[in-house]
Amino acid sequence: MQKQAIFQSKLLPYALVAPQLAIVLIFFYWPALQAVIQSFLLQDAFGLSTSFVWFDNYLELLKERAYFEAIVRTFFFSFAIAVSSLSFALLLAVMADKPLRGSMLYRTLLIWPYAVAPPVVGVLWIFMLHPSLGVLSRYLRALGIDWNPLLDGDQAASLIILAAAWKQISYNFLFFLAGLQSIPRSVLEAAAIDGARPMRRFWTVTFPLLSPTIFFLLVVNIVYAFFDTFGIIDTMTRGGPGKSTETLVYKVYSDGLLGGNLGSSAAQSVILMIMVIVLTGIQFRFVERKVTY
Amino acid sequence: MANVTLRSVRKTYPGGFEAIKGVDVDVGDGQFCVLVGPSGCGKSTLLRMVAGLETVTGGEIDIGGRVVNGIEPADRDIAMVFQNYALYPHMSVYNNMAYGLRNRGMAEAEIKTRVEEAARVLELSAMLERKPRQLSGGQRQRVAMGRAIVRQPKVFLFDEPLSNLDAKLRIAMRVEIRKLQRRLNTTSIYVTHDQLEAMTLADILVVMNGGQVEQVGNPLAIYEKPATTFVASFIGAPPMNLMSTRPEEIRAQLAGSAAADAGILGIRPEDFAITDQTPAGGVALPLTVEAIERVGAETFVYGSREQEDQRVAATPGELPPGEVIVRIPGTEAPAIGAKIRVAAMRTKLHLFSGDGRKRIEA
Repeated sequence: MQKQAIFQSKLLPYALVAPQLAIVLIFFYWPALQAVIQSFLLQDAFGLSTSFVWFDNYLELLKERAYFEAIVRTFFFSFAIAVSSLSFALLLAVMADKPLRGSMLYRTLLIWPYAVAPPVVGVLWIFMLHPSLGVLSRYLRALGIDWNPLLDGDQAASLIILAAAWKQISYNFLFFLAGLQSIPRSVLEAAAIDGARPMRRFWTVTFPLLSPTIFFLLVVNIVYAFFDTFGIIDTMTRGGPGKSTETLVYKVYSDGLLGGNLGSSAAQSVILMIMVIVLTGIQFRFVERKVTY
Repeated sequence: MANVTLRSVRKTYPGGFEAIKGVDVDVGDGQFCVLVGPSGCGKSTLLRMVAGLETVTGGEIDIGGRVVNGIEPADRDIAMVFQNYALYPHMSVYNNMAYGLRNRGMAEAEIKTRVEEAARVLELSAMLERKPRQLSGGQRQRVAMGRAIVRQPKVFLFDEPLSNLDAKLRIAMRVEIRKLQRRLNTTSIYVTHDQLEAMTLADILVVMNGGQVEQVGNPLAIYEKPATTFVASFIGAPPMNLMSTRPEEIRAQLAGSAAADAGILGIRPEDFAITDQTPAGGVALPLTVEAIERVGAETFVYGSREQEDQRVAATPGELPPGEVIVRIPGTEAPAIGAKIRVAAMRTKLHLFSGDGRKRIEA
């Protein structure tokens, strides 16, 4: 038997959910619907006439080389961000899990970056790594590295990955720490008595027991890298130099709002929408059911 | 094949709390040693120190002639069975048992032989491919045992291994553990808070209280001659009746012997008989029957004494002051409210100093 609230009036429950419904309808469903409609339309350059073109926008997109490059780039970024932030966060969590003096302080400090908004993260890293203003850039140049992310696409890409991964470490760290603390101490003690050295203990006991956490975070990190890095990219590189840091989300913005090609931009956002739905589906399906080891 | 010797072993935590206050125990080769005591007495800490999971802050732990104080748990050649079994949840039963052998680089063929042999002995052969979560409590317990025996270590350590099982299974497993240990003839140290488990398993019983050893010895010897009032009331169920010797009623009966110096008199419930006679040198007490418990083979009579006014030092399982338990054959049962007279023989009296720390031989 489920607990059910009993309302005297039939209207009250609807009234209570109305504000939430209104928000969802106005800010999610309506724009989404607009995007879907827009993706079937073609406007002339001056916005004077609009014609219904069925799937032409999508077909154009598939022929566009830059779009494929953006897809590959986005997947590469997601992979690099997820792997680097996950592995670094795991390392930190393992360290912080040890009984250290002042471990509460480390843990608190490690959580802070999560509270920083993505555009601020971008500005922060630009200050440190700007070719002419950056503090760290001087050291890099002193080391003989020709550091100029404003001109060098690979350097710009690594800068985005660095900043985006850095911001996500806190979130991953929190989940890893909780995951580590839920492993019974006696299981690790049993492994120690069973002759497993710390490294082997980690890879044969701790890591497999963390696998549900790792899978959950992997999905979350990919979603983050796909969509939430917009603020970082916009403040740091604006997709440049060239198109070297233009991800799918950034391309929606630059094609539509900067390039004025609303039809193509809408088609791209519909594709992205489908991707989010698929990723969320995966997450619900596997994470809710708990990945078993 | 190994002795385990503890020489004035101490454990002081960084905060200054002294968990173990100097323990000396010698467990001979192949012996089954049981550490028993109430919770918080330090018995588990002591076991974990032998395992190497806790540091030793004073004294020496010697396993098989080698001081192991600074040696890693993995290198002490011990195996441990944990209270919550501590099985690896992501590994099959087979891999749980094989893990310790693989870590030591044993050949797979040899591992297979050993695991299958252990599984046969523990009746786990049919479930080698299962994961721990697919097993019942008793089966998990046996996997934990299997993990210990495949290693063929010098010493087995058991940390309350039966406390998560139901009463019937606990008794069955207790017998199994004893049989297994006798057959393998491996030195074992076993921690429990259950005095019955302790009595039935132990070759040597170590009764602990407050980080100290109260008494070490053969279980029956301890039962017959408890060294302190703590041991007297902890070992044996129902507990020994302890009473002050100060009331005139008792003082008069003990007069004229070493017993006169004793502060506390102890008599086990089964050493009383309902009788009008007083055996020479023995003690007789008039009681009013307050309650009886008939459990079939025997009957427990809870009686109260009239003149009791002296409360005896608090110990676990202690009776309310003035209450006396008498254990009689199940065929008898006095009526509630009846006035009875119970008596115990001279040889059945246990006498202790007033603080309960010293046994006095009459």
